[in-house]
Amino acid sequence: METSRPSRPSDDVIEVTDLHRHHGGGTSGYHAVRGVDLTVRRGELFALLGTNGAGKTSTMEVIEGLAAPTGGTVRVLGRDPFTERAAVRPRIGIMLQEGGFPGELTAAETGRAWAGMTSGARPVAEALELVGLGHREKVRVKQLSGGEKRRLDLAMALLGRPEVLFLDEPSTGLDPEARASVWRLVRELRAQGTTVLLTTHYLEEAEELADRLAIMHGGQVVTSGTVAEVIAGRPSRISFELPAFTGTALPVLTGAELTVDGGKVTVQTVELQDTLTDLLGWARHHGIALGALDARSASLEEAFLAIASEAAHQNPPQAPAAARPARRRLIGSAR
Amino acid sequence: MTTAATATATATATATGPQSTTVRRLLALGRAEATLLLRNRTALFTALLLPLVLIVTLQGTLSKQAESNPGLDVDSLLVYGSVGMILAFVVYYNLTAAYVGRRGELVLKRLRTGEARDIEILLGTAVPSLTLGLLMSALIGIGGSLGLHLAVPVNPLLMLVGLVLALGTMIALAALSSAFTRTVESAGITTLPVMLVMQLGSGLFIPLEVMPAQVADVCRLLPTTPAFQLIRVGWFGTDGSAPATDFLGSWGAAGSHLVTGTIWLGLAVWGAVRYFRWEPRR
Repeated sequence: METSRPSRPSDDVIEVTDLHRHHGGGTSGYHAVRGVDLTVRRGELFALLGTNGAGKTSTMEVIEGLAAPTGGTVRVLGRDPFTERAAVRPRIGIMLQEGGFPGELTAAETGRAWAGMTSGARPVAEALELVGLGHREKVRVKQLSGGEKRRLDLAMALLGRPEVLFLDEPSTGLDPEARASVWRLVRELRAQGTTVLLTTHYLEEAEELADRLAIMHGGQVVTSGTVAEVIAGRPSRISFELPAFTGTALPVLTGAELTVDGGKVTVQTVELQDTLTDLLGWARHHGIALGALDARSASLEEAFLAIASEAAHQNPPQAPAAARPARRRLIGSAR
Repeated sequence: MTTAATATATATATATGPQSTTVRRLLALGRAEATLLLRNRTALFTALLLPLVLIVTLQGTLSKQAESNPGLDVDSLLVYGSVGMILAFVVYYNLTAAYVGRRGELVLKRLRTGEARDIEILLGTAVPSLTLGLLMSALIGIGGSLGLHLAVPVNPLLMLVGLVLALGTMIALAALSSAFTRTVESAGITTLPVMLVMQLGSGLFIPLEVMPAQVADVCRLLPTTPAFQLIRVGWFGTDGSAPATDFLGSWGAAGSHLVTGTIWLGLAVWGAVRYFRWEPRR
């Protein structure tokens, strides 16, 4: 036992290599994860983004050790989370997408039960205090609001002071204030050295929290890196509305791409400052008022939308749309 | 397990609970489940009162059977049948509803993300049903024996073996039944087949010896009959098919029941493992 502790000094807390996962057997099954590679280093906060049905949760479940992979390997803290779960579980914390606590127990009773099943649990009151539920400990779970239930879930995941924390859409259903406080908490945990892997479809959440991220589509990682790396090379965007009957031809903007849709004009450019200067000079010269003028640098949201639609165009034959039409709500979920 | 000792620098020095063990996990789950049972009036009522109502009915049935079967030991059969009935209701029925309820609330799925192993989750959920069932049957069994001046059990060891077989089979059958039950409300219907088989076919409500020989032979092969018959042999020295024997003789009378009972336990466990569902169908 003493020597079975992995001797590799690897700082890679999570290592996923060529991960595949099939749901159901035979040809009727669904190939949810198709060759995912991921590495999360110690102390890093890694966000897994993707459209609904992209395979985020399927991937998470295998990394958490809740399901065995169909192919490929997963290592968490140097061990197989599925076959060596007894060694891995005491060191990780998991928060699922949906609660899973009996409605008739109070928050404190729920915490006590979980503490009895968690090695090295912190005091229940401390865990509830951490997520701002200290004053709600005597309230039954069924009477907690959706956001409070979510925070109780997070408190249970934090009970054992995990080295690695898995959060599946942690802020879904939270109001803006509760979300901000969850973000603050997650940042504190990372500052204390906790490694965090989270899924989200709030892009601002990833932008706000993640050291690195990966965008999944159709069961594959389409792109990954830091926010800056993912955005790099993505064009900035200027949009405005032209007043009717200006009679003036649109300007020629070097290095930019112009799209006109009725009165609305969208300009994509990699040189935002130059293009904007040219555009504004043109407008002043012709005395044209640009309505609803908006100029923005490339954002994760734009990168995400572009990547998702590129991916959808690139591989329609193997995209899972045909296999599972009901689950496909492409892009609609992205905010 | 050395993981705690070698855990890296993230461990902070404030108050930290002990290592989680199987016993601690079973107790923690059992305590939560007991709280839930106490807060669920319907479940509590079913567990506590229904068996008592049935005991009254049982008394009437047995007296009537004694009229046409002179020599039927009504007192012994009443106490024995009551104990069996309590176990069937409190353990099998109650536990089926508990598994369905926890599955519906996604509690089972959430529990599986923690350190508890699958078998611990299933047994931990069963702790209050088992405790209550054993307490009630001990109360009725001992109280009834003293009150009706029944003889001291012939082979307590055999009774214990029968009890363990009966409880194990019922827990596995509860897990299996929950797989075919969508809601807690429908558990009353889905548990009916096994309940009827246990009460009518396992010699609890109608002693096997008053049945026609062929029917009795079939009933002896039903899932829970062997376990209950073992309890009876251990208690009274006979399952009613032969004269009562002593401690040593009771092992001989128990032989075939031990074999069939173990086979049924194995089948029930296999079925539970094969069909149990940890989360609701979507």
